[in-house]
Amino acid sequence: MIRARGHRALVRQIRALHSTARCRRELFDPSTVERASDEVDVCIVGGGPAGLSAAIRLKQLEQEKGNEVRVVVLEKGSEIGSHILSGAVVEPRALNELLPSWKDHPDNPLTQPALHDHMRFLTPNKSFWMPHPPQMSNKGNYITSLSRFTAWLGSIAEEMGVEVYPGFAGAGLVYGEDGKSVRGVTTNEVGLDRQGRMKDAFEPGMEFRAKVTLVAEGAHGSLTKQLTKKFDLRKDCDPQTYGIGLKEVWRVDPSQYRPGEVMHLMGYPLDNKTYGGAFVYHMADGLVTMGLVIGLDYPNPYLSPYSELQRMKHHPYFQTLLSGDATRIAYGARTLNEGGLQSIPKLSFPGGALIGCSAGFVNVPKIKGTHNAMKTGMLAAEAAYDAVAKTSHESEEAADMTKYEETFKNSWVYEELKEVRNLRPSFNTPLGVFGGVMYSGLDTYILKGRVPWTFRNKQKVTDASHTKRASEVQPIKYPPFQPPLSTDLLTSLALTGTNHAEDQPIHLRVTKDGKEDLEVRRKHVERNVGEFAGLLGRACPAGVYEYVEDEEGAKTAGWGGKTLVINSQNCIHCKLCDIKVPTQDINWTVPEGGGGPKYTIT
Amino acid sequence: MRPSAVRLLNVLVPIKRTIDYAVKIRVNPQQTGVDTNVKHSMNPFDEIAVEEAVRLREKLKDAVKSIKVITIGPPKASETLRTALAMGADAGIHVEVPEASPSPEPLGVAKALQAVIKREKEGVDLVILGKQAIDDDAGQTGQMLAGLMGWSQATFASKIVVDTEKKEASVTREIDGGLEEIRCRLPLVLTTDLRLNEPRYASLPNIMKAKKKPIEKLSASDLGVDLTPILETLKVTEPPKRTGGQKVESVDELVQKLKDAGITAVA
Repeated sequence: MIRARGHRALVRQIRALHSTARCRRELFDPSTVERASDEVDVCIVGGGPAGLSAAIRLKQLEQEKGNEVRVVVLEKGSEIGSHILSGAVVEPRALNELLPSWKDHPDNPLTQPALHDHMRFLTPNKSFWMPHPPQMSNKGNYITSLSRFTAWLGSIAEEMGVEVYPGFAGAGLVYGEDGKSVRGVTTNEVGLDRQGRMKDAFEPGMEFRAKVTLVAEGAHGSLTKQLTKKFDLRKDCDPQTYGIGLKEVWRVDPSQYRPGEVMHLMGYPLDNKTYGGAFVYHMADGLVTMGLVIGLDYPNPYLSPYSELQRMKHHPYFQTLLSGDATRIAYGARTLNEGGLQSIPKLSFPGGALIGCSAGFVNVPKIKGTHNAMKTGMLAAEAAYDAVAKTSHESEEAADMTKYEETFKNSWVYEELKEVRNLRPSFNTPLGVFGGVMYSGLDTYILKGRVPWTFRNKQKVTDASHTKRASEVQPIKYPPFQPPLSTDLLTSLALTGTNHAEDQPIHLRVTKDGKEDLEVRRKHVERNVGEFAGLLGRACPAGVYEYVEDEEGAKTAGWGGKTLVINSQNCIHCKLCDIKVPTQDINWTVPEGGGGPKYTIT
Repeated sequence: MRPSAVRLLNVLVPIKRTIDYAVKIRVNPQQTGVDTNVKHSMNPFDEIAVEEAVRLREKLKDAVKSIKVITIGPPKASETLRTALAMGADAGIHVEVPEASPSPEPLGVAKALQAVIKREKEGVDLVILGKQAIDDDAGQTGQMLAGLMGWSQATFASKIVVDTEKKEASVTREIDGGLEEIRCRLPLVLTTDLRLNEPRYASLPNIMKAKKKPIEKLSASDLGVDLTPILETLKVTEPPKRTGGQKVESVDELVQKLKDAGITAVA
């Protein structure tokens, strides 16, 4: 007996010494974890324009019709608006429907109407006037920071009683017992270390059991990917295609400031094989927002979107715009949908629906998607409100959101997207950008989409598979950066305010066909470095991926003396890697909530 | 035998809403201050202070009667209070200053805290502050408060052990030469240093519970304190941009360059 007591005391002593030591930490096991659980009526993943419009609409219906509905919005950014980046020129069509008296609201950020539209074609040294399609006329629209606009929508949602929780990501889905329906969402775990073990501060994610789950994660969302796979939502549609938008916000010299000016540019620095163009919008308060969108079906793996943006600023047009007393105050990047009508998946699944850019409603020729995102949020809210009344948490039947698909097909969003459905695909012929411009001219001025044909992507060619091998193309030589006009990537990255707690599992997973071992890593480095010139190292707008010389490491996890280093702390949540990596073995998952960029004016 | 009635501890944790540490700071065009239209969060040292208060309760259990957090700031600062409540504080006090008014100075804050402590019916035994705020780096409030109250102070604490029976605390301080251990009588003002603890995450269930915890709203005039700044900021500029250095080929050249720059030899 005495021996046993002595032994216990000794063990207790040792435990006290090592109470927070790493060697004592346990590995996190998702199957045995106990989660705090709460029941809500509607859980919305994503606090962007779509998610917040849905939330506001639900509360409006609650006020009109009387049935109380508990609405929770989960947002992975540290604040509403922190992860929102866009041009933007917003068409107020959906806002007018959602909040008819928005103009009377003292804080509304739509203070700068769009006044003049211009389009120009850039050559390396000059610029020429270009006609622009009638869709790109911005009469009645507003130039604003979408981040500010979203923050404003967030404050309205909170006033109406929506529970908004920034800093918490929708990390997983709760499925019904038969695995055939979605019954809610779980938030991310916090307090795991790099190896996935539980630290002292560990807290498992919380579970929200929801009658209806609305997924509003924006382009290429992580839960959206899971849902698409589980419910085969893309069975009957074309693959989604994307563009990467990078932008900067500058406070320009007063002599260069022309409030209300909307300028779009094509040509330099992109070649005939690369879809894309630049924008320059003069917002309120002496600020100019400018950026470059490049279609992610670009063929040349040497292309670096960041360097294209930087060298574009040395064109005489930009040199003048950014001359004098000009300061750069923001930088950021995000992917956007370009697939249009043909790429819209099935919108509803048992227990929920996709809204906004998670499904993909961007009107590419108009370069606008916010109004469509908001409207689809509102339509889904209307269907959800009715579905909530008919379902309970315990019922066998999950909420039926098919009404939303019907109302979508009868809405102006569908009409709009139908009219422009052939424009973006017309750029994917051997005639390249030139062919696209010609067809688009014809369609937008004369045909207006009233044609019996729809250009489809029946071969299901994805953005990643458009990438040619390095041996088939010419490397691109980018000029060195010249501060203050153009700077290196890390200096720009500091402006995003991005950060992630260091000691957490890396949220960018190298995984193929369900496997995540060293073999997958080796193959990734072999193909990406050997065939594609280390594409991710050039393409990522945040400097996350590096293929570094590491003889030792390459023996186990690399190839050709190189290994892949993932600086996940830099990530700005743009999702380019997941979309464009030629080997399609990068899976973007949510990190601990509250990390990522801290955009306020983008 | 029951121990003699130990007075239960009332802990006060003042916190400040500052610009988030990860945000890149910019001087505003008027050169009067910094662009504040960016993300704000709780001062990191204040997070450590709140965490320490909550850990004290976990260690001493019922001996800690209440943990109150207080902030002196604009209306939005109540969000910061809610975060502290979600970390484990019981109640909050918000001394609201108008949005447009200048940030209160350490002396003003210390006087306001003194007034609040005097108001507290149950008294305050322990005030735990962050050692400095990351926006002004003043590092004065804790010390000024201790002076005004006539209490002991232990600043830059990296370890705190409280003995409720003896009404004492043993504090390890971070000093220039290393660590200093002192024994202080309660009531005590503590300021936290980085190594004291690692703050916990405010979990979502706790955030939801925190919504129901009470926040008392006060104004400076309720406390009889004047928060007008005594200091006037004349100008705020960025540090001069680094210019490139030069390489020299020999020692003689180096000496010549130093002479040209007007630097003369010593002795």
